[in-house]
Amino acid sequence: MKMQAKSLRQYAAFLMVRAVFLFTSFILLLITGFLLLKGAKVLSFDFIFKMPENSMTAGGIFPAILGTFYLVVMSIIFSAIPGIACAIYLNEYGPKGWISTMIRTSINNLSGVPSIVFGLFGLAVFVKKLGFGVSILSGSLTLSIVILPVIISSTREALMAIPQSMREASMALGATKWETVWNIILPQATPSILTAIIIGIGRAAGETAPILFTAAVFYSKELPRSIFSEVMALPYHIYALVTEGTAPQSQIPIAYGASIVLLFLVIIISLSAIYIRQKHRSAYAKIGH
Amino acid sequence: MLRLDTNKNKPDFSSTEIRDPLNRVHIDVSQQPKIRVRNLDFYYDENQTLKKINMDIYEKKVTAIIGPSGCGKSTFIRILNRMSDFAASSKVRGEISLERRDIFDPEFSPVELRKRVGMVFQKPNPFPKSIFENIAYGLRINGVKNSHEIEQRAVKSLKRAALYEEVKDRLKESALSLSGGQQQRLCIARCIAIEPEVILFDEPCASLDPISTAKIEELILELKKYYTIVIVTHNMQQALRVSDYTAFFLMGELIEFNETKKVFENPSDKRTEDYITGRFG
Repeated sequence: MKMQAKSLRQYAAFLMVRAVFLFTSFILLLITGFLLLKGAKVLSFDFIFKMPENSMTAGGIFPAILGTFYLVVMSIIFSAIPGIACAIYLNEYGPKGWISTMIRTSINNLSGVPSIVFGLFGLAVFVKKLGFGVSILSGSLTLSIVILPVIISSTREALMAIPQSMREASMALGATKWETVWNIILPQATPSILTAIIIGIGRAAGETAPILFTAAVFYSKELPRSIFSEVMALPYHIYALVTEGTAPQSQIPIAYGASIVLLFLVIIISLSAIYIRQKHRSAYAKIGH
Repeated sequence: MLRLDTNKNKPDFSSTEIRDPLNRVHIDVSQQPKIRVRNLDFYYDENQTLKKINMDIYEKKVTAIIGPSGCGKSTFIRILNRMSDFAASSKVRGEISLERRDIFDPEFSPVELRKRVGMVFQKPNPFPKSIFENIAYGLRINGVKNSHEIEQRAVKSLKRAALYEEVKDRLKESALSLSGGQQQRLCIARCIAIEPEVILFDEPCASLDPISTAKIEELILELKKYYTIVIVTHNMQQALRVSDYTAFFLMGELIEFNETKKVFENPSDKRTEDYITGRFG
C-alpha cells in the first residue's frame, strides 16, 4: 500500500512538472506566433536592408537594426572585460569576509535597480558631464552598467564552482596565482562566462529605458558614422512607432515586424556565442589545451 | 597566513639531535636533515592544531606520518610547502628549514619553495587537459620553453611514474579518461617532471583500490632513490611497508618519531602502542 502511494505521488509530481513545461513552451510559442501573425506581412528583404520612408510609414528599418547591433556589441565589450576582471578579483584575490560579502550584495542589488534609473545616470554622467552627447558611446556605456552585475555574479559563480583541488594542483607545481587563474581556472570557467555574456546580449538588445536619453533617436536621415553619432535602435523604434506614430494603420505592422527582427537579431547573436561555447567545450573535453 | 615572530634571533640549526617533549633524545644522526622542523605551532583561528613539533626529515628516505583523523598530520605536511598559506585566518610559529634555509624567509618565495617541494594530493586532481598537457603545463610555468625538451621530460617522468607503457599511445587524450590509479600516477609524473627535491604525499591512496595502492607503494619505494619523501597515511601497514621513519601524531602533538621498525616493534610511548595495535583511532 505504501509503495503504491509513493509511486502515485511520483506520478503526480512528474505530471505536474510536465504540465508546467508544456504551459511555458505554449506561452513562448504564443508570443512568437502572435508576432509573426501581426508582423510577417511587412517582412521582406527591403524591410531589413532599407532606410525608412514616408515619415516611417513605409520602407525598411535598417538603421535601427544596425544601431541595436552597435549598441549590443559595444556594451558587451564595455561590460565583459571589467566584469570578468572584477569577478576574478572578488573570487581569487580579494580578502574573504564581510567586505567581500558587502560588495557581492551590492552587485546583486544593482541588478535589481530599474533600468530607467541607469538611463538617468547615463544622461547625467556620459551625455552631460563627460560630454559624449546622445551617442552610441553614451548608450552602450549605460547599457554596460545595466548588464555588468549579471556578468560579475555569473562569472563569480563559475569561478566558485571550480574545485579548490584544481587551484592546489597548479600552485603545488610552483605556479603563481595569476598563472593558475589564466591557465587553469579561466579555461574551465569559459563556458559559464559565455553563458553570462549571452544573457547580457539579450538584456542589452531589449532594454529601452537606458538608451532613451543616451543614444536613441526616433529618426535619423543617415547611418551612424562614429561612436559619437546618435542612432536609431529597435526597441526604441518599436516604442516610438506605437506611442507617437501619426499613421497607426501602416506603422503598427512595422512595429510588429521590427519586433520579429529584434527577436531574431538576439537569437543570431546568442547563437554565435553558443557556437563558440560549444566549440570550446568539446575542444576542452576531448583534447583540451 | 600570518607568521608570528617569537624570537628575534635567527633559528638555531646547529643542533643535530631531536628531543621529544620528555626531553629524550630520539635519533642521533650524523647526516644533515633535508628538512628541519623546530618548535612548530599552528593555529586555525584560536585553535592550536599543531603544538611544538620538532622533527627532521632525511634526504632520500621515506618518512611516514601516521595518526588518527584530526591529529594534524595533513596540516603538518601542507606547511612544508606552504600550501597552508591559503588557509584563512591561520597562524604559524616556529622554524622550518629546507637545507638550512628558512622557508618563511620573505626572500624565499612560496612559488620557489613549491618548485623544490612538490605535492601529491589525497584525491587525484589532474587538470581537464590532455595527459601530455598535464605534464607540459608544470614544465612551461617553470620556464621550460623548448618543445623538444618538454616532450623528453614528459616521457621521462611518465616512465618514472610507471605510467608510460599504459598511456604512450594516447598522450593527447583527456587525463580524465584514465582510471583513478592512473590519474594518481599522472599526478606523480606531473610532480616529478619539474624535478623537485622533496615530494609530499597526502594520503595518496585514500581513494584507490588495493591494486592501484600496491602500484603506488611500489612506486614510492622506487622514487626514494631520487627524492626525499614524506607520506601521510591512515594505513599503518602502508607506513610499515614503505617508510624508513615514522612519526606518530596525536591531537596536534608529535608523540613519537623514530625509525619505522622501532616505532612498530618497540614503541616508546604507551599511546603509540595503543594506536598501532588498533586500540583507538
